[in-house]
Amino acid sequence: MICQECKQRPATLHFTKILNGEKTEFHLCEVCASEKGEMFPGSPGNFSLHHLLSGLINFEPGNGGMGGVAQEKPLRCETCGLSYSQFSKSGRFGCVDCYTHFASRLDPIFRRIHGSMEHSGKVPQRSGGKIKINKEINQLKGLLQQKIAAEEFEQAAAIRDQIKQLEKQLANS
Amino acid sequence: MSLQRFLEKAVSEWMSGEGPDSDIVISSRVRLARNLRDYPFPMLATESQAKEVIEQVSAVMNQEDFQAIDQFEKLNLDEVSSLEKRVLVEKHLISPHLANESRHGAVILSNNEAVSIMVNEEDHLRIQCLFPGFQLKEAWGIADRIDDVFENNLDYAFDERRGYLTSCPTNVGTGIRASVMMHLPALVLTQQINRILNAIGQIGLVVRGIYGEGSEAAGNLFQISNQITLGHSEEEIIDNLYNVAKQIIDHERSARRTLIEHNKIGMEDKLCRSYGILSNARIIESKEAATRLSDLRLAIDTGLIQGISAHVINELMVLIQPGFLQMYSGKDLTPEQRDVRRANLIRERLSSVLEEGK
Repeated sequence: MICQECKQRPATLHFTKILNGEKTEFHLCEVCASEKGEMFPGSPGNFSLHHLLSGLINFEPGNGGMGGVAQEKPLRCETCGLSYSQFSKSGRFGCVDCYTHFASRLDPIFRRIHGSMEHSGKVPQRSGGKIKINKEINQLKGLLQQKIAAEEFEQAAAIRDQIKQLEKQLANS
Repeated sequence: MSLQRFLEKAVSEWMSGEGPDSDIVISSRVRLARNLRDYPFPMLATESQAKEVIEQVSAVMNQEDFQAIDQFEKLNLDEVSSLEKRVLVEKHLISPHLANESRHGAVILSNNEAVSIMVNEEDHLRIQCLFPGFQLKEAWGIADRIDDVFENNLDYAFDERRGYLTSCPTNVGTGIRASVMMHLPALVLTQQINRILNAIGQIGLVVRGIYGEGSEAAGNLFQISNQITLGHSEEEIIDNLYNVAKQIIDHERSARRTLIEHNKIGMEDKLCRSYGILSNARIIESKEAATRLSDLRLAIDTGLIQGISAHVINELMVLIQPGFLQMYSGKDLTPEQRDVRRANLIRERLSSVLEEGK
């Protein structure tokens, strides 16, 4: 079969596109297919996971476009300069800090991709120690607030000392 | 030069065919995505930052604990010809992305090529372990160990809540992609494959055909891998894949038995015809070669043809790809020339195997 676009090369890619319930069949050679920008699952180089992804990422929560809302300045990673819209197009973060700067938008994305938002696997051995201490400090700080709110000052003082102790450990490690 | 040795020695560990359940599972792979905290991801890294990443990683190669794992060699892709890159891709040692799009990309290969560590791919580090047969847990064990050595010497991008941070949100968390490559001719012949593949898609795993066009799998080869990397531990992810693959293995075995019980002579005829074609053809396209080799593999694995070992098929699968054929001929070939070359190579290899067997 000859490619329906250039009518010269043999058609090697055959697929059916369904757009709004309307079926169209395509028979293309690889050159014409990549020019047309068609994506084919499984065919090397063409299928872009990132295109699919950007559909998931390009999701603006709570932006109903209602009148009277002032246009916010575009969200951007302050470290590498990648804007959120660039991220949603490429489907890739630019640096580690993108995770922090885009944090407000990431939960729904991770939930869609992974069905989950939090890591529960391996923790690095070397930096893992620090991470555990940090976690503990955060928990104690929460407890401290509760004790202060409940006016249990003696216990609060003990917790404060514990936090100081842990922070010292962290600084020394 | 070291590259020459890697390429001359065309057979990697995973092709040797020795391994549990290797009548169905060709290879098992575990890949970990890791990044260094202090550098932008490769997509945005400057030339000098990309170079520094390579230097940092190379420095770890000189550490004792790294050298205790195995012997490794590093190839800078800037210094490798495009044909040689293609061969590395065909051997599954590097990704097409690293071969074509990376800047200052490098790959660190272990002596038997069971481990390949890509540097400056989509992530700073992609630690990949590729084992023959059904050895997912073993592959994870080595990947985990290499990961520990890197972590001991490099500052990883790790976040308490999100886990290992990666360039693409589909890898975040554990950064693990585990996969098994399976030969499933009987499930295809008995038309059970689609039902099984659909079911797999519903439990967080993905299936891809290998060497195929579109979703169709040439040579009845399917790669099954985990899709989800966040929210489950590495062990859970591997166990899940392991258990599903185990069930598929059982289904494939029983389908093979049924086919042979019900129509032994028909099966023998079909498979031996393919053997005849492979042993005699003068021109063969890659798609037909993949189909015929699948038949021959099934004949070997079910004992219908004896005297050929399955690792010869693994080897041929890799050697008959365009990059290897051209490497082997020492020059660029047109598709028509490749088809002739491919037929020659298969004929020679099969007849030399029979000679050895005598």
